[in-house]
Amino acid sequence: MALFNRQPIAPLEYTRKLWMRSWLGATLLFLYAPLILLMVFSFNDSKRNVVWKGFTFKYYEKAFANESLVEAMVNSLTIALLATVFSVILGALAGVMLWRFRFPMKSAVEGVMSLPIIVPEICLGVAMLIFFARMDWPTGLPWPLNLSAITIAHITFCFPFVAMVVRSRMASFNREQEEAAKDLGASEWQTFRDILLPHMRPGLIAGALLSFTLSLDDFVITFFTSGPDTITFPVKVYSMVRFSVTPEVNAASTILIILTIVLTAVALKLQGVKGIAETH
Amino acid sequence: MAEPIIQIRNITKRYPGSPVAAVDDVSLDIMAGEFFVLLGPSGCGKTTLLRMIAGFEIPTSGTILIDGQDMAAVPPNKRPVNMVFQSYAVFPHMSVEQNVGYGLKIAGVRGDEALARVREALELVKLDGLGSRKPDQLSGGQRQRVALARSLVMRPKVLLLDEPLSALDAKLRAQMQFELSDLQDQVGITFVTVTHDQDEALSMAGRIAVMNKGEVAQLASPSDLYEFPANRFVADFVGSVNLFEGKLTLDEPDRAAIDCPGLGKVYLNHGVTGPHGADVWVALRPEKIYLHVPGEGKAIRAAAQDAPDEHNLARGTIKGMSYLGDITLYDIKLDSGAMIRVSRPNLSRHDQEDFTWDDRVSMHWRADSPVVLLS
Repeated sequence: MALFNRQPIAPLEYTRKLWMRSWLGATLLFLYAPLILLMVFSFNDSKRNVVWKGFTFKYYEKAFANESLVEAMVNSLTIALLATVFSVILGALAGVMLWRFRFPMKSAVEGVMSLPIIVPEICLGVAMLIFFARMDWPTGLPWPLNLSAITIAHITFCFPFVAMVVRSRMASFNREQEEAAKDLGASEWQTFRDILLPHMRPGLIAGALLSFTLSLDDFVITFFTSGPDTITFPVKVYSMVRFSVTPEVNAASTILIILTIVLTAVALKLQGVKGIAETH
Repeated sequence: MAEPIIQIRNITKRYPGSPVAAVDDVSLDIMAGEFFVLLGPSGCGKTTLLRMIAGFEIPTSGTILIDGQDMAAVPPNKRPVNMVFQSYAVFPHMSVEQNVGYGLKIAGVRGDEALARVREALELVKLDGLGSRKPDQLSGGQRQRVALARSLVMRPKVLLLDEPLSALDAKLRAQMQFELSDLQDQVGITFVTVTHDQDEALSMAGRIAVMNKGEVAQLASPSDLYEFPANRFVADFVGSVNLFEGKLTLDEPDRAAIDCPGLGKVYLNHGVTGPHGADVWVALRPEKIYLHVPGEGKAIRAAAQDAPDEHNLARGTIKGMSYLGDITLYDIKLDSGAMIRVSRPNLSRHDQEDFTWDDRVSMHWRADSPVVLLS
């Protein structure tokens, strides 16, 4: 009888429709199955990544013992951190400028600024390579100065993302709040600190997360701008995979995934998930 | 009502690229302690004028004095005025207490004094006990009270209010009109309010400046504005009115007569000081017209005995009715072809049944009811 007692499906109750559920299931499967497999096989006690032979931490030990892999990881994290800090500052300023002011050629400035997002990465990479070669950018500097070229390249393609997020966040700002603050006696700087910045914060955090992850996993541009003696994690993994996909690569990747998830969770926790959702 | 607290002298505001001035050579005085309202349709320049007092707009020419001090070089954050914004502009990331205390914090008032003043302000707007709430936990009316408290806590010389009630629903608006008036009595601060709502203006204001196209069309008390409008714009904008064009045929110190092709012969028991034969307009409010069923001829003549025969009388046919509960509005087509609106209070529960569509009716009005307008 239950079959006949069922409530009819309302037009907007998509989650109760079979085709919608299958679609969702298929999407999740294709999206996450490879990732989960990668993580599971990092514990596989076998040299080859094909058959499950048993559980082990061996490849994590191996990965941590691999000095050049650890160095690449430290490099990647350093670059990502620096690129994020600079991108957030530059991007926030650019976003506020685009939101706040009207000036000649504004749309041209906007277009040029978002070029690094649109231009194919490979072109940007080649351009960067030529640029740094022409500049005669010094190589062989001590750490972390040897990362400067890569960091500058990363800032170039990260800050437009921050600018866009901040700008769209500011679009929802009520200008009367700014006037109200000034009306109550606040100076330009106090208004920025007390009223504009708190409104911008979810945008800044979202932009920082974007920058960090974009920088951390960038391969193409990094490949072109890294000197002979600097290597980042994605480039290192690529060179390891050329020989064979060992569980060591899986282990390193798993660490990176967990690191990213933890960082994102911390950022969300700091802001409150609501604030992030508001930006989109 | 002694000293002017705000003196506006020949203020003009032109926006670049606009051929007409938003505010055109306006001069007026706002007295200390009064409830002053700037009333006008959208685009009349009333908000621009208010924002110039607050300092958010720079006048193209003219001077604004607040408490005798020229405000030309004074930025908004240094002016002795505070503003309640149309959107309230309550800071969403701060609690009610932090919102109200923000100005004090900037001014360097701290500790017990700040706390006491915040408490006092919240009590004044009846928000005591809600200090720790965030703005998104408040209703629209409560948010407005926060905005009010936030300004009042600064003890400004003048409180500016930009369309303070426009975002509230009708019932709440009526209640807030009274509360704002009470509040103003209580704190004794000069209130300057901008509104496009004439009911709001009439019920709250001590004096009203009606603005039209950047100029002050009339500055008067609410009752003077309604009963003695200076021109057709004011007569039409404040309340509803029947306007008829006519020629002045008689004008003596104690009586006047106008011949209106639309309305008929109009008699007034006072002079109007206009040139004989001049084109004038007669303004007649809908509630000042008495409506009679035909056959009450004697009654009409008796009622209209303050005017010569065949003056202040009109006949027509009811073409439209709207029953509003307390009153009924009748749109009547006069025998001349012109339309006139008459309102009639429903004094008994059956009054609205007296007339219906296509009824023939007679009207009369008293000799002191019409207003003669020269412009």
